[in-house]
Amino acid sequence: MLQIKNLHAGVEETDILKGINLEVKAGEVHAIMGPNGSGKSTLASVIAGKEEFDVTEGSILFEAEDIAELAPEERAHKGIFLSFQYPVEIPGVSVTNFIKTAINENRKAKGLEDMPANEMLKMIREKAEMFEMDRKFLSRSLNEGFSGGEKKRNEIFQLAMLDPKLAILDETDSGLDIDALRVVANGVNKLKSDKNAIVVITHYQRLLDHIVPDFVHVLMDGKIVKTGPKELAYELEERGYDWIKEEAKAV
Amino acid sequence: MSLKDKLVSSYLAFEDYIDADSHIHDIRNSAIKSFEEAGFPTKKDEAWKYTSLNSVLKEDYCIFPKKDNTIEFKEVKKYFLHEIDTYKVVFIDGVYNSFLSETTHDKVDVCLMSSALTKPKYKAVIENYFNKVAKSDSMTSLNTAFAKEGAYICIPKHREVEKPIEIINFATGNEAALLLQPRNLIVAEENAHVQIIERHQSLTENAVLTNVVTEIFAEKNSSVDYYKVQNDNKTATLIDNTFISQKQGSNVSVHTFSFGGKLIRNNLNFYQKGERINSTLKGITIIEDKQHVDHSTLVNHIEPNCESHQDYKGIFAGNSTGVFNGRIIVEKEAQKTDAFQQNNNILIDDKATINSKPQLEIFADDVKCSHGCTIGQLDEDALFYLQSRGIAKKEAQALLMYAFASNVLESVKIPEVKARITKLIANKIGVKLGFNL
Repeated sequence: MLQIKNLHAGVEETDILKGINLEVKAGEVHAIMGPNGSGKSTLASVIAGKEEFDVTEGSILFEAEDIAELAPEERAHKGIFLSFQYPVEIPGVSVTNFIKTAINENRKAKGLEDMPANEMLKMIREKAEMFEMDRKFLSRSLNEGFSGGEKKRNEIFQLAMLDPKLAILDETDSGLDIDALRVVANGVNKLKSDKNAIVVITHYQRLLDHIVPDFVHVLMDGKIVKTGPKELAYELEERGYDWIKEEAKAV
Repeated sequence: MSLKDKLVSSYLAFEDYIDADSHIHDIRNSAIKSFEEAGFPTKKDEAWKYTSLNSVLKEDYCIFPKKDNTIEFKEVKKYFLHEIDTYKVVFIDGVYNSFLSETTHDKVDVCLMSSALTKPKYKAVIENYFNKVAKSDSMTSLNTAFAKEGAYICIPKHREVEKPIEIINFATGNEAALLLQPRNLIVAEENAHVQIIERHQSLTENAVLTNVVTEIFAEKNSSVDYYKVQNDNKTATLIDNTFISQKQGSNVSVHTFSFGGKLIRNNLNFYQKGERINSTLKGITIIEDKQHVDHSTLVNHIEPNCESHQDYKGIFAGNSTGVFNGRIIVEKEAQKTDAFQQNNNILIDDKATINSKPQLEIFADDVKCSHGCTIGQLDEDALFYLQSRGIAKKEAQALLMYAFASNVLESVKIPEVKARITKLIANKIGVKLGFNL
C-alpha cells in the first residue's frame, strides 16, 4: 500500500529525513518509535503532504502511484489520514459542520453526490458513541478549548468518519489518560481490517499494548535503524535507545 | 466649477426652496459656513491621512436628483431582510418611497426626517436632539447644511420595537453621478429598545457618493443595536458619519460589515454621558481589487464605571487598502473605565495594505484599557490540517477566513442578519460553503 524508498526531506537546507525505507501492506500495523527530534513527526507530515517540507530525494508510492507532488487534500482523497499530534483550533466551525464538509469534499473528489443529511447524522452519532463522545461536544467549535484528551479523541472520531486506507497516528496517546487511551485504542481496533493499514508513531509502549503492531521501527537521526517484532517495543521501553545507537554504529 | 463651489453656490437656492423659516435654519446656515471654511478633507488632515477623496470628488455629481424615480419591489427584494417582518424606511435617489416602505406611528415613530423637520408635533424632539451630538467637521457640516430627508425613529419610554427597522437608500443610476446626503435621527427614550439595519445600494454602475449622518441618542437604560451592511457596487462611495450619545445604563452596539463599494469611510463616534454605559463597536471588512475601507472610531469615556468593547477584523486581497484608526479617550472623571480594543487583519495578497493605528488617551488613573493589533497571513498549520482532511485549499482558506471573522458575528442578535452576513462572507470569499455556518 505504502512504499517509501530512500526518502530524503527537510526544511530549506536542513535534511531531517535522511534515507527512509518503509513498506506498509494492507492489513498491517506498523509502529514507529524513536527519541525526540529523530524525525517521526516530519515523516508523518511528509507522507500527508505538508508543503513546508521539501522532498529532495527518493519516492513515496501509495498504491503504486507516486504521490510526492500531490496536495494534502489529494492525498486525503486517495485514502491517507493523519491524526495530528497538535490538532489546530478552528473557532466558529463546529465539529459536526467540519466533518460534514470533509466527508462531502472527499465524496466530491470521487465524483459522488453529497451524503444525504440523515445518513450523515446517523453516522456521526454512531461514531461519536463508539468513542464515548458527548453529544454537546459535536456542536462545539473545532478543537477550541478542548482538553488534550478531547482533541485526540476528536482526531480518532474524524478517522472513523473518513475511514481511510492508511491511518497515521502521530502521538495519539500523548495527553490521554488510561481510560481515554483504551477507548481510543478500542475504536482504532474496530476500524482495522485486512484492507487498511495503520502507522502508529509513539514514544511509549503503552499504546502498543492496545494497538498491537506487526512491526516496530526505530527512527534515529532521520533513518530507520532497526526493525523488529512487537517485542522490540518492550525492549525499548526497558533499555532506552542508547543500545540501538551503539548497534547502529557497529553496523 | 469644483464640487465644493457647486455645493456652496447651490445652498442659497436650496434653503430658499425647502423652507427658510424652518427651525433648523440657523443650524444649516452655520453648517454651510463650516463646510465652506474647511472644504473637503484632504490627506493633509491628520484624520484623513490614509484616505484620499480625490478620485471620488472629480465626478460631476448631481445634487438635486429628479423626484419621480421608482423601482419595482422584485428588482430590489434581495436587498431587504425579507425573511422576517420589519419596518422599512426606503429612499430612492434620496426621495422617500412609500410603496416600498412600511412606517408606523403606532406607539413608536418610525417615519421621515422631512416630516420631523417641518411638522410642529416633532418640534420639541428636533430642538432637543437634532445636530446635538454631530460634530462640525467638514463632511458632517456638509450633510447638516443640506439635511432634509432620512429616517426619523423615536421610541418612547419603556417601549420595545417588536420588529427590526430597515433603513435602505437605493440609487437608481438615472443620474450619471449622484450625491446623496441622508440624515437619520434615532432617539431611544428611557428603557426603550430598538434594532436597526442600514444599507445603501446602487442599482447600476453609475457613480454615487453618499455622505450620510446618523445621530443616535440612547437615553437611560435604553438599548440600540445597529447593523450597517455595506456591500455596494464598486462605483459607490460611502462616507458614514455616526454619532452616538449614551446616557446612564444604556447599551449601544454598532456592527459594520464592509464588503463592497469603491471607498468607504466610517466615522463612528461614541460619547458616554452617564455611568454604567456599555458601548460595542464591531466590524468585519473583506475587500479586494482597489477597494478602500477606513474605520475611524472614537469612544469618549466621560463618566465613571463604563465599558467599551471594540473588535474589528479585516481581510484584504488584491490591491485593497484598509485603515483602522481607533481612538479611545478616558477623561479624568472616568474612573473604573473598562475599554477594550482589538483590530486583527489578514493580508491575502502582497499588494494589499492595512494601516492600523490605535490611539489611547487616558487621563484617569484607575482604568482598565487594553488594545491589540495584528497583521498577518492565514495560519499555514491550520491550512494543512484542513487540507489533510480532504478539504481543498481554496475551501480551507475560506473556512479559516470565516473562522477568523466569526467571533464578530457572535454578538449579532438578529439570526436572519447573521445568516445574511454569513452568506455575504461566503460569496465574498468566492466559495460555496457546504453547510449553514
